[in-house]
Parts: sequence; C-alpha cells; structure tokens
Amino acid sequence: MRELPWPAKVYFVAVIGTAALLLVRGALVPDALAGIDWSTLLVLALLFLLCESVPTLLNIPQVAVSVSYSAALAAVVLIGPAGAALVGLTACLSVRPSLALVKRLFNGAQYAICGYAAGWAYAGAGGRPGLPEVSDFPGILLPYAAATAAFVAGNFALTAVMLRLAAVVARDQVSLRVIVQFLVSYIGYATFGLLIAALWSTVQSISTVLVLLPLFVARWALGHYHAEQRSYDATIAALCQAVETKDYYTRGHCTRVSAASSMIAEEVGMGIERLRAIRYAGMLHDVGKLGVPTKVLQKDGRLTEEEFAAIQLHPMRGLEIVRGIDFLDEAYAGIMHHHERLDGKGYPMGLAGMEIPEFARIIAVADAFDSMTSDRSYRRAKPIETAVAELRKNAGTQFDPVMVDAFVTALDRDGWHPPATVAPPPDDVPIETTMKDHDDPTTPIQVVSER
Amino acid sequence: MRERRLAAVRPSQGLDSGQLLLICAAGMLTVAAISHTAATGLVAPQVAIGFGALIAAGELARLTMPGNREVAPVSTAAALGYALLLDVGGRQAGQPALQVVAVMAVGMITGGLPHIAVGRPPRLDAMARRLLAGSLVSFAYRPLAGSLYEKAAGGNWWPALGVMAVLVTVMLAADLVIAAMLRAGQVRTAIGVAVRDEIRMGGPLGTAVAASGILLALASHSMDMTALPAFAAPLLVTQVAFRKYAGIRATYLQTVRALSRVTEVGGYVEPGHSRRVSQLSLAIGRELGLSEPQLLELEYAALMHDIGQLSLRDPIPGGATVLADPAQAKRIAELGAEVIRKTGVLHAVAEIVRRQCDPVGDGPPLASRIIRAANAYDDLVGGSSDRDRAAAALERVRLDGGTAYDPVVVEAMARVVDRLVLVARL
Repeated sequence: MRELPWPAKVYFVAVIGTAALLLVRGALVPDALAGIDWSTLLVLALLFLLCESVPTLLNIPQVAVSVSYSAALAAVVLIGPAGAALVGLTACLSVRPSLALVKRLFNGAQYAICGYAAGWAYAGAGGRPGLPEVSDFPGILLPYAAATAAFVAGNFALTAVMLRLAAVVARDQVSLRVIVQFLVSYIGYATFGLLIAALWSTVQSISTVLVLLPLFVARWALGHYHAEQRSYDATIAALCQAVETKDYYTRGHCTRVSAASSMIAEEVGMGIERLRAIRYAGMLHDVGKLGVPTKVLQKDGRLTEEEFAAIQLHPMRGLEIVRGIDFLDEAYAGIMHHHERLDGKGYPMGLAGMEIPEFARIIAVADAFDSMTSDRSYRRAKPIETAVAELRKNAGTQFDPVMVDAFVTALDRDGWHPPATVAPPPDDVPIETTMKDHDDPTTPIQVVSER
Repeated sequence: MRERRLAAVRPSQGLDSGQLLLICAAGMLTVAAISHTAATGLVAPQVAIGFGALIAAGELARLTMPGNREVAPVSTAAALGYALLLDVGGRQAGQPALQVVAVMAVGMITGGLPHIAVGRPPRLDAMARRLLAGSLVSFAYRPLAGSLYEKAAGGNWWPALGVMAVLVTVMLAADLVIAAMLRAGQVRTAIGVAVRDEIRMGGPLGTAVAASGILLALASHSMDMTALPAFAAPLLVTQVAFRKYAGIRATYLQTVRALSRVTEVGGYVEPGHSRRVSQLSLAIGRELGLSEPQLLELEYAALMHDIGQLSLRDPIPGGATVLADPAQAKRIAELGAEVIRKTGVLHAVAEIVRRQCDPVGDGPPLASRIIRAANAYDDLVGGSSDRDRAAAALERVRLDGGTAYDPVVVEAMARVVDRLVLVARL
C-alpha cells in the first residue's frame, strides 16, 4: 500500500468505499436478504473461493482470468445482485498465501461491485433471479449475455485502471491479441456459469462437479503440455549445442541465432505460431554442418571447388535431418535456404530476391550478425556497430533490407548480449578450431578455381 | 529388407483377430440398428438429428493421443448424452436402444467422411470401440429410462444420477480393458502392463468425457436443445488442452528421432544405426514387460546412446562398435550423458545412457542393459536380416552373457530376433 502512488491510493479507497456502500445499502433495504437461498450462496461462494485460489486454471499469461467468473455469474442467475456481490466478496479470503492484504481487499471489493452491476444488468434486460425454468430457455440467453457483458466490462475497467495507476503495466503492453484471448475465454467461462445455473434445479451442487470436472482435467492436461513444452525446448537446445561442441569458437551460436531470428520475426509482425517455428528454425539451421568433414573446416587458405561444395551442401544435410519433424513445415525452407543471397549468388540453389523464403531471409541476417559479433580463431569479435554497418552495406545484395532494418530497430530497443570473449584455447589441449567460418560475410571463403 | 524389420518391430498396421472381431460386431450391430430404426421410424427426429450432428462434429474433431490412440471426446460424450437422455425440456425421450445405436453409427460415419476425403483412412477399430461402448450404456439404460423419468419428473433426480454414474463407470472400465487387450495383442506386451498403460493414458480424458455425457443428459432437461451447444464448451476446452499435449508429445519424439541422426550424417555411426537400436530395444523392453513411460525413456536413451561421439575429435573408424576399446566406449557414454543432462529434464535418460556399457555385475538399470545388448547385436548384424548372420551375432552376444550382457535381456532379444527372422522369411 505504502509504495503505491497517491492517485492509486485514492482510487483504492474509492473502490473499497463504493463496495462497502453498496453492500450496506443492500443489507438495509427491507426484504433484500429475505429471498436469498443461503445454502446455494454457500456452495457458490465456496466454488468461487476454490477457483479464485487456483488462479492458474486455464489462464492466459498477462491477464489472470479464472473460472471463478462462472461461479459469480451463476450466482447472478440463481440468487440475484446481492448474492452475486456476496459471492464476489469472498475473493478476500483467497487461500493463496502470497497475496497481499491490499490485493485481497481490492479483489473482493471489485468483484462485489461487478456482481451488483451484473445483477442489475440481468434484471434490466428482463431476467428474473431464481431457479431457471425449462420455459426460460432460450429466452434467458439475452439477460444472461447482458449480465456477462456488465461483469466483464466492470472487472476489466476496474482492474485496468488500478494497474495503470499503480504503473504495473505500460500503455502498450496489453496487446490486442491478449484482449481477444481474454474475451474468448470469458465467453467460455460465462457458458459454464449458465450450465451450473441451469442444472441447479435438478441435481443442485452436483452440477458444479459435472461442469468443473472436464475443466480440471483440461487443466491437468495443460499442465502436462507446458511441462513437455519446456522439456522439449531444453532438449532441442541441448542437442543443438551438442552438435556445436566440436568447434571451440561457435558454441552457443544456435541459441543466439534463434534469439536474433525471433527478434526480427517479432519486429516484422509474425504471429505466435510462426514465431515458434522460426525460433526452432534458427536453433536448427546449422545441424547439417556435421556433414562437412572437419579437415575442410580446419583447412588454412583457399579451398578446392570440391571442398567448397561440401560446405555448400550443409543446408541440405540439415534439411535431411529435420525433415521427420512434422510441425516445422515453414522452418524447413528457412534451414534449406539460409545461405541464399538476394542477388542470387548464394547456395544451395541460387535463389534470388523474394524467391528466397521469408524465414531464410531472416535467419541469414541473424546468422551473419552473430558470426561477426563472436570471436573466431582468425579474428576477434567485432563491435555491434561495425556488424550493423556491415549488414547495412550488404543489404540489397546479400541481405533483405527489410529484415536488416527490422533487426536494427529491434537491436536499438532490446539491446544484444554478444557472447563473452573466448580465451584462445590452450595449446596443449587438442581442441577443434576452424580456420574459416562460412557464416562470416566479412571473410568470404576463398575458392581455388580449377580451370 | 529394412521395411520388413520396421513392420515387425513397430505396432503392426494390419488388423489382428481381436480387432477384426470387434469391427465385425460393430458392423453387424450398425446394420441391425439402422434397419430396425428404418422399419419402425425415428422417435423424436429433431432430438435425434441434433445429437447426431453433435456426434458427427465430435468425430470430425477427433485427435490422436500419444501411443497412436485415436479418441473423439466430443463424439463419445454426445453419444453418452443421447443414450442417457431422460427428457428434452420436459418432453420424455422415448428413443429405443437400437435407435441410439443407429444415430451414433450414422453420426460417426458422417463425421468420418471428411477425414477420408482428405486422405486420412478411418481407424475402424477405434470407431468400433467407441460405438460398442456407447451401445453398451444404451442397452443397459434405455429399458430403465421410463421408471427413472417418473421419479425425476416428481423432483427426485438422485436415482437417475446414480444409475448414470454407475453405468458410465462400468462402460469406462470395459472400454479400457478392451483397449488394453487389443494393445497387448498388437505390441506383444503383458496384459497387466497394458491395462495400467491404458488407465494412465485414457483415465483422465475418459473421466472428463463421462462427466460431460451425464451433464448433457441432465442439461437437456433444464435447457432444452440449448444444452447441445452450451455443453460442448467445457469439453471443448478439454479437447484443446489434450490436442496441445498430444501434439507436443508427438513433436518431441519426432525431434529426438530426427536429431539422433546427426551422428550418422557426421559419419560417426552406420546409417540407420540409432533407429535400429531403438526399435530393437523397444521390442525387447515390451517383451520384458516395461510400461509405456519406461519405454519412452528407453526409446530416447536408445536413440541418443551414441550422441557422446559428437564430442570426439574424429569419428572412431568403423563407429563405436562392440569391438572398440572399452575405455573409449565408457568415455562416449559419459559424454553422451553429459549432453543429455544439460537439458535439465531428462535425468533418467541421461542415467541410462551413462551406464549403457557397465557390466551386469555393477547393476546398471534394465534399460541400459537392453541398449547394450541391442547395440552389440546391431553392430554385428547391421541392417541385414540374414538368418545365419543373426544367429551368429546372437551366439556371440550369448558368449558374454552374465558378464557384459544380462542373460535375461539376451534371451528376450533372441525371441524378438526369432520373430523378425520369421517375418522376414514369410
């Protein structure tokens, strides 16, 4: 409380005061509490509390939405505004130990206000609080939708203002996609509330079990999904690093290219699925390098055409390896063509201009940048500015200018952590170092012409 | 030659006798139900069409769970709901059991057609299982529906709810046992292990489906046909979650399988070595009654057992064969375990890889002993399926049984290899 800025404090007091006023007024009006079925209220309040205490239930990262909404909305239908407010008030008692008292109070107050608002909206649109009859369907849908809208709008507005005043989130941090996700999940939760209310007349509290069982199973599955996803990311990174261990200087290259690629992709506005794919594509872009004989990479001086051909083959080898992974679809093209050049002088196929797939144009920039900003056996790492200048110089011939611009913008905003300086390997330990880096645009590989 | 090996070691794509029996039963039931319904006419056609459409939609959105198990949660729950229906908005539901079966069958076939159109052939055994499970509930419940409805109409829903819960539980159990029996026949594992695997894989989703089926039947009373779209919401969330889970599991396996090939591309091992060792290891593991999670760890470890070679300066000439220096092999195992340990998650797999060349006396995990034997066999035989070569390799491995190789594992391997050679000769 103390660290809050003063407008937030004023707002906090105002919200608590409004809630208290509404509740007291509700209690003073004669007959206001007479119509309340206390056992129903108790079950719904417990349900609300349970869901509020397990907030990870199917929520989305930034805006923690929980199934507790369904309980509050069921209360609107079954008990009316005062009941919904009382159910919402139980948010204060949430058993999450980490929750500060201030937050508990605020949550309870804002849910109580929203409960009242939803209750009035429900009545205003022609709804009648109480056990819904068969004849109420589907006519009940309209008032229920009104209640839902009032509840979501109230909750969203009250919370958003608080977050803004307390300066927890910046203005542009909540993107449109998150809001859409929020609304969709909200409609889902509203449906659960309606189901609970509708089944109440037959099997009472068992209805909550029947509705929530699939949701808890879903939560269980989602938990496993997230665990597997994390494990998958770690595994793919570890395997890619294993491929790199052989070369002393390029360690960590794959993770950095992956990071830089997703910076560019985000900047040019790719969706979540494509972002995920390009992260993996960046990670895997060089797995085919193992197919290049070590002696070619270690050779000092010019390469024969045959040896250069072996290097040019590595994107194909990489593709050959990852082809069995179904979901990578678009990433294949990125791995296969990441050494193509805009002027058509790249390999393996000599594609030019926009023939080169978008993923490949992104990875090419990320790849060259990381190569330049890392130490190599034949030179020290270049500073970021030099590398950027080099990218700009080659934009239009080697790189796609759009991707270079996007990368520079992203670099200016987010910064970049170049790899730590690599100490030259001690002489007495046999360690692999290569004499050339095929990714480095400043030191092109020299090929002996055999004709 | 390689294709034949694959066919023998992986779950067979063809149908075995148990599946045929199941499909025939479902087919005959379908024909009987549809002709009976056609003769007597549909009771409450609107309701039948509504539920049939939901079943079809659920069939359209079916998904494949880990272990190649096909499920259609929404379809199954809708079928359950229709079987358990007492009334729709106060009008008693009088459909006979055979009509329920007919609606299920027609819905499932309709929903399956688009899959066929885009070239995904139907999994007849899975569809048959779903149909029979729904029919079971329907035949048990429909005769009771009249008397249960009378009580419910009087305001007492508890008997109906109890009967529904019991029947659905029985159905779930029967379905799991049938699935386990089919699976045991298919992948040659013990029936007890298969039942446990099915419970682990199918239990949670089955519970959600059962709850939703009951929910649908009850909601149809209170909400009339509005129940159909409303009910689908909780189950849809479940379905999305499971689809994601199944997707990442499949991707994970594909990725490890794909990346295990970097050792081949780098010239460290023979082409196809990791894949063959993992397939042989899996077959041995099933023969020895490992459960599915254990088999998954075994498969990961077998695929990555040579990953440590990537840290070597140069490939060992001829690969890390049984004939290579034991100290060298030990080092590769340590390096490989180091790589896998870096994932921070696959600890058990790392341990299996680390101990893959420990002698039996040191008590390495069963999976390590399996990989050691399978690796040795593949090094000696390669991709060939020549009988004499296989016999010679087995003999060579048997000689070291008790010291280098676990005799139990070697005998299991002999049985697996025998089957392979038999299949190859056919």
